[in-house]
Amino acid sequence: MVNRTVTLAAGLWLLGLGPVAAADVVNVYSARHYDADDKLYAAFTEETGIEVRLLEGDSDQLIERIRREGAASPADVMITVDAGRLWRAEDAGIFQPIESEVLAERIPQNLRHPEGLWYGFSQRLRLIYYNRDAFDPDGLARYEDLADPRFEGQICIRSSTNIYNQSLLASLIGEHGEESATEWARGLVENLARPPQGGDTDQIRGAAAGECEIAVANHYYYLRLLASDDAGDREVAEQVGIIFPNQEDRGVHANIGGAGVVDDAPNREAAIELLEFLASDRAQDVFARANNEYPVVDGVPRVDAIEEWGDIKIDDVNVSLYGRYNPEAVRIADRVGWR
Amino acid sequence: MGAARAGRIVSAAVPGRVARSLRRWLPQATAWSALTYAIALLVAFPIIAVIVYAIIPAPEVWAHLAATVLPRYVTNTLVLVVGVGVLTLIIGVGTAWLVVMCRFPGRRLFEWALLLPLAVPTYVIAYAYTDFLQFTGPVQTALREFFDWGRDDYWFPPIRSLGGAVVLLALVLYPYVYLLTRAAFLEQSACVLEVGRTLGRSPRRLLFGVAVPLARPAIAGGVALALMETLNEFGAVQFFGIDTFTTGIYRTWFGLGEPVAAAQLATCLLVFVIVLVLLERWSRGQARYFHTSSRYSELPRFPLTGLRAGLAMLACALPVTIGFALPAGLLAGMAVRGGDPLFGARFLDLAGNSLLLATTAAVLAVLLALLLSYGVRLHRTRGTSIAARVASMGYAIPGSVIAVGILMPLGWVDHTINEVMRERFGIMPGLILTGTMVALVYAYVVRFLAVAYNAVEASLEKVTPTMDAASRTLGKTAGRTLRLVHTPMMRGSLLAAGILVFVDVMKELPATVILRPFDFDTLAVRAHELASDERLTQASTSSLAIVIVGVIPVIVLSMAMNRSRPGHRG
Repeated sequence: MVNRTVTLAAGLWLLGLGPVAAADVVNVYSARHYDADDKLYAAFTEETGIEVRLLEGDSDQLIERIRREGAASPADVMITVDAGRLWRAEDAGIFQPIESEVLAERIPQNLRHPEGLWYGFSQRLRLIYYNRDAFDPDGLARYEDLADPRFEGQICIRSSTNIYNQSLLASLIGEHGEESATEWARGLVENLARPPQGGDTDQIRGAAAGECEIAVANHYYYLRLLASDDAGDREVAEQVGIIFPNQEDRGVHANIGGAGVVDDAPNREAAIELLEFLASDRAQDVFARANNEYPVVDGVPRVDAIEEWGDIKIDDVNVSLYGRYNPEAVRIADRVGWR
Repeated sequence: MGAARAGRIVSAAVPGRVARSLRRWLPQATAWSALTYAIALLVAFPIIAVIVYAIIPAPEVWAHLAATVLPRYVTNTLVLVVGVGVLTLIIGVGTAWLVVMCRFPGRRLFEWALLLPLAVPTYVIAYAYTDFLQFTGPVQTALREFFDWGRDDYWFPPIRSLGGAVVLLALVLYPYVYLLTRAAFLEQSACVLEVGRTLGRSPRRLLFGVAVPLARPAIAGGVALALMETLNEFGAVQFFGIDTFTTGIYRTWFGLGEPVAAAQLATCLLVFVIVLVLLERWSRGQARYFHTSSRYSELPRFPLTGLRAGLAMLACALPVTIGFALPAGLLAGMAVRGGDPLFGARFLDLAGNSLLLATTAAVLAVLLALLLSYGVRLHRTRGTSIAARVASMGYAIPGSVIAVGILMPLGWVDHTINEVMRERFGIMPGLILTGTMVALVYAYVVRFLAVAYNAVEASLEKVTPTMDAASRTLGKTAGRTLRLVHTPMMRGSLLAAGILVFVDVMKELPATVILRPFDFDTLAVRAHELASDERLTQASTSSLAIVIVGVIPVIVLSMAMNRSRPGHRG
């Protein structure tokens, strides 16, 4: 019997299969692709002796893969960005609830799932940019204003296929209801300077080059341009001004990069340990800094560029709401012809 | 199932007693058609899994889709298909004829250079040109500065548009048509063409009256490949923000969270492809294409001089320049300005993985295609023909859908193994199939068998059946006939098929991303990761690496094909 087991194990090893469950391994499926993350995992291994094995991919595809792999899935932790995607993972039933004093204490309540299915570890803002030469930012202070007919033909924003826009739309559904959000989306589409195309960076570039006056993009894309090795990129960043929307009311729409422990995780304890590690000061710094994002734990220093912005009021609605309204947001976008 | 198993045993040529006794009582006919069915079933399994999934009705989602986005998916997809089809046909057949049948300066260079765009993935050419031609890019910026224009003062063809997608896709997909057509022209018996000339046909009438009709299976095969590649193209159209059936499937599946409706969309796409293929078959009618003579001699070329030579050079130089040289140059520029920070040893790893996958998949796909097309040739019944068609449907299905279609059945096998192992030995071996390269190679074969099959079938069709008859009369079995008679004759086409699959796998993205094992990245995955994070400049390094690794076999292919020309000396 023992012999057979040994032979079998050897055979499997030859097939290139490591042990799925072992005391010293945690298997991470990640939709984040920052080179600094490798250092983060190395630090975790150094601290705990647990080896991190990594599979990177697109969020939706990773979710589908975990679903299909089912109970035999090696996945312990799934990391992704945007609450809309975390909700999809949650909806697909791939997370298990985790109770951890460390996580409950360190991560703000609105940045984690009410039952502990997932936790946010970094925060990103969706900002409005304008061309300094061609646009007077007075009168554009809220996301709601983007639908104002005054700005007809002036706005660059990417496709509604993108999760960031779906979450932004979802936040407006949560705030104003479906009907009003539909009106907003319709007005926004009327105001587009060009058919939606490219990513967030392309929108900022568009505004800088004068293809449009106003652009919508996440804050770290702007900071990446600002700190680029390429002089042309830095010029783009300097050509645009920033509007922090909704400072007089609910605050800037913010989203999270987050993670959860996979249902049936073969290394559940190690997975929780990794999540708690991500909430530590040391890891928070690397995790957020890798992409110029806001750390979620109080007291962890932010990157200088963010510090320079001073106090920004950030919408403190529970981000799980973005997931709840995600399917509705997609339908609204289809209805109003927001590509 | 028993028959299918028997077929596999015979195919593996197990020299054991079992196989021999099987052979004795099992007529060879049954064995070969069983093999055909077995291969078809294996390859069709993930596709069937998706179709089965699509049977559940989802009327509410369909109402929403039909009222909002479906018309756009259909129109865009049709425009894309027609546009790319016409362009690839013109470029592919035109250049193939020029380099095979005419003599002009640079012909030898163009002969292989025309294949180079094959190494450029659609998403890579899209990245390169977008950066170059968009409003904020160097070309338009220079124009604005030079003429002092504002954004409303001029019109520039928008690169991120349906038209832009048609042109860029055609530029990297025409080599499929060129490759197969050129191979067909080369394999054409010189006698046929000489008879044509003796009868006083002008070069042009020779092209349209003799060479093209004879090469029709190959041309149709090439265009079919280009069109299917167009139908499931994801990276470039997504990047351009064009809604097609494929992006629609993805959006419905992952964005709306409606896998059933997505599977139904995928099934629609499939029906569309089947209709397309049937139309071509039907219009070809009962015509069959054989070489009547095995006597070959070096084909005399039409000498071109002066303006005509210049035009021929231009016609060949344009697609190579726009489809390969310029985008490669742009990428190289980007890579130098600010390439991948991880460039170095890690890249050898990535390239090694890409090569390993591409080679394995290519060998397997060609082998299966050969067995499949030979099985059909031996017993051309309605059943075997349908089986072969079914087996090559995968090419029309988006890679992400195939991946999910594979995860379903293989996942089930894995789970069963795990259950049994746990009960009997108390261990969980993990995901033996879906967690390893097995699933990935399986996906590639499902997806790209059509590439190999079209090339192999077109070539096999031209071997006259009298050869089979002769060999069989001399007492050779069907298997030996295939090995000793057909395979050597088809060497060039087999190589072409293998390299097409190889290059396709190098470029493949969605299935690779979904199915690859832990800690296993390829060049395409790396390029995609960086590009999807809007770090195009950094992505340029791995994009360029894909192109470079892909170019080498393409050049080898071209040289080998030259040698394979019947009657070629030296």
